[in-house]
Amino acid sequence: MHMADALISPAVGGTLWAATAGLIGYSSRKVKQDMDDRRIPLMGVLGAFIFAAQMINFTIPGTGSSGHLGGGLILAILLGPAAAFLTLASVLTVQALFFADGGLLSLGCNVFNLGFFPCFVAYPLVYKQIVQDKISQRRIVIGAVLSAVLGLQLGALGVVFETFFSRISDLPFATFLLLMQPIHLAIGIVEGLVTAAVVVFVWKARPETLDITLASKPAGTPSFRKVLAGLLIAAAVTGGFISWFASTHPDGLEWSLSRSTAKEELAPPKKGLHGWLATLQEKTAFLPDYGFRGSKKEETSGDAWPAVDPGTSLSGLLGGSLTLITLVLIGVLLKRRKRHHAQH
Amino acid sequence: MPSIESTFFDIGTMDRISRQDTFVHRLDPRIKVLTTLVFIVCVVSFGKHDISALVPFLVYPLFLVVLGDLPVAYLLRKVMLAAPFAILIGIFNPLLDQEVLLRVGPYGISGGWVSFFSILLRFTMTVGAALILIATTGYHAVCMALEKMGVPQVFVVQLLFLYRYLFVLVDEASRMVRARALRSFQGRGSGMRVFGSMAGNLLLRTMDRAQRVHLAMLCRGFDGNIRPFHPLKARGWEVMFLLGWSALFVVMRSYNVPRFVGTLIQGFIS
Amino acid sequence: MSHHIVEVKDLRYTYPDGTPALQGVGFRVVHGESVAIVGANGAGKSTLLLHLNGYLAPKGGEIRIGDYPLTKKTLQTVRRTVGMVFQDPDDQLFMPTVYDDVAFGPLNLGLPPSEVESRVLNALSVVDTLHLKNRPPYKLSRGEKRAVAIASVLSMSPDILVMDEPTSDLDPRARRKLIELLKTFTHTKIIATHDLDMVVDLCERTIVIFNGRVTADGPTLQIFENQAVLAESHLEKPLGMQGCPVCRASAASARDRRCQ
Repeated sequence: MHMADALISPAVGGTLWAATAGLIGYSSRKVKQDMDDRRIPLMGVLGAFIFAAQMINFTIPGTGSSGHLGGGLILAILLGPAAAFLTLASVLTVQALFFADGGLLSLGCNVFNLGFFPCFVAYPLVYKQIVQDKISQRRIVIGAVLSAVLGLQLGALGVVFETFFSRISDLPFATFLLLMQPIHLAIGIVEGLVTAAVVVFVWKARPETLDITLASKPAGTPSFRKVLAGLLIAAAVTGGFISWFASTHPDGLEWSLSRSTAKEELAPPKKGLHGWLATLQEKTAFLPDYGFRGSKKEETSGDAWPAVDPGTSLSGLLGGSLTLITLVLIGVLLKRRKRHHAQH
Repeated sequence: MPSIESTFFDIGTMDRISRQDTFVHRLDPRIKVLTTLVFIVCVVSFGKHDISALVPFLVYPLFLVVLGDLPVAYLLRKVMLAAPFAILIGIFNPLLDQEVLLRVGPYGISGGWVSFFSILLRFTMTVGAALILIATTGYHAVCMALEKMGVPQVFVVQLLFLYRYLFVLVDEASRMVRARALRSFQGRGSGMRVFGSMAGNLLLRTMDRAQRVHLAMLCRGFDGNIRPFHPLKARGWEVMFLLGWSALFVVMRSYNVPRFVGTLIQGFIS
Repeated sequence: MSHHIVEVKDLRYTYPDGTPALQGVGFRVVHGESVAIVGANGAGKSTLLLHLNGYLAPKGGEIRIGDYPLTKKTLQTVRRTVGMVFQDPDDQLFMPTVYDDVAFGPLNLGLPPSEVESRVLNALSVVDTLHLKNRPPYKLSRGEKRAVAIASVLSMSPDILVMDEPTSDLDPRARRKLIELLKTFTHTKIIATHDLDMVVDLCERTIVIFNGRVTADGPTLQIFENQAVLAESHLEKPLGMQGCPVCRASAASARDRRCQ
């Protein structure tokens, strides 16, 4: 799931961009050091592959809905963590620039959520460990599913944190978490299975393509096993604990929206839903200090900019509508004039 | 996810638009990238209930659209196609934040609705800014700007290669999808296993192609360094463009111009 | 001049999975010669070509390009001398614009920017695509892509041109244009192809390959008249040498009438 500029604050966006920029720098250095200049065209072409493959949809058995490939894990398996991260970052950049996928500030978050976790966490800690010593179809499937679930759970967690700390959306932390995690558990399983399907195909047809990354050993194995165990437990708790939520609707947010509201009708039944959400929040009592039911003064931006007080917003409304109308009129008139001139 | 065929045309269309020759298109790409970034940061930094103060920011996209001769309807459509996600999350605000913030006559508008519209406005502007950036600058120019601004060369080369082969691969993938569609009925034949072998085949062919490209590079003396970059020269007045707009953004961020205007009008009325 | 000579002696090569590809191929091409390499699919044509610029290393035998035996050390020099044009131009055009692709080689050779510029413009005008210099490769037609791919190799001023299936996928007009263009080149030309009619037009010498071995090597027309050699190598005469279909049809119907 992609973050969007509309829901992010500069502080959060900036922080994540700093992290992503650092990772891009690190990965670029690693790829350069690698000295295998076969990788340069390979990364480009594989990026295009992922982009194209994401557009081939498939139906998920047992439901009517369709799914898509994410790609971070496959890239990591074929290229290794650093190169895969760069490739995925480039795909997301093109999507942000051409398809309005989120925006440029949240690109940093998206690259981090969708790139860092599968490439630098899930792949080395889970997939590699499982497939390293003995490669077999079963191991590929298990490794892929577990890695995909882990990567996606962490990524979804990232989205929740980023949205929460930006304070633009009113969604309470716990509710959002409860919505995102189970859905992404399901998506993760599907992603893992599909990734496994492709990897098994390649492995059977041309096993030597998978040698690229399995050759290098991860550093300091014992402590990684502990981290692995901890992460798996965490993922299992967040995802599995509420697994009765899980269905195989891959576009999880749409599904949760239709379940928890009456879709487009946001009229009267609000009261009941509103009450339900409030009680849910009280019950889970996650980080009670960040209550969204506090005064609006708390909610508006707490940063150094002079805060615009919504209290006197009637004048704002008046002035704003006027400005909007004026700008649009100017724009339309200018465009008309340009076209008029161009025709003569 | 957009359909395969439309992607092809979309990228091609944006590419074509970016090759127009207007004042805006001729600006140094770094200037455009930086101005866009300042714009986005300012827009995004508003509090969640700000709407009126956001509106004047529209002047920048408007400026670019008019002077750059960009197709408004096309760009708006793209923005709307991507809107669902923001709406999905944003729609919770009116549900959760019920405190009335604003009274217009007998109607009370809750903070939740205010922030929801703020989200929508933000979304349109930030995402629109990104699209307009590509439409007025072109992908290659943006990549060159990034390289000059310090982005690692390995990553920029990756961006260029990806773009180059996007068309080839999307074309191959769309042919596969068509072939599958002609031989699958009532949902049979389009499951995960079929996807696995389709994607697997495409992947193997892709890797072969990568090898051939590598060979082609070697044959022309490739030694690990790519030297494609044309020199960029930003003239003095172009820097003024950046500084001028940035100053305007900061001013509009610090003072709520529409509210000021509105107060004036209210003053006249009463 | 000796550096235009290509000499191959008893070349042997096996694929990684064990299938033998070349089993003792030998020939000598001299300065300015225009040689076609023909054979069925899988005969080993492309594999042979990949040896000529050192991408593949032979398992046996020797290759000499001009004065240099082909070894790791002489690779870079050889690649400057032997320009190779691929079957799929998409593999060869990987830069953002046509100009960048044609400039890629000279830039890698370390030439100064002014020299690079003149080489690029020159190469593009030779193949008649100067007007395309700022276009991205995906916006070119097949024929244009081929032409630009050739330009991207020409800009390095090679002495020897090696081409793999240059006329495949081209419409008749583009094909004719390409053949006319190649006729004007004075480089040594080695062309692997299925287009036997082009061979008749362009190459005075033909080498036939079958199952990784040379089955014939001599003047083009002589080889194409030799039904036995052609059949043995899974080939047939060029269409232009198979007689006019209209005359054949009327001769056949005349025969039928006589028999009735």
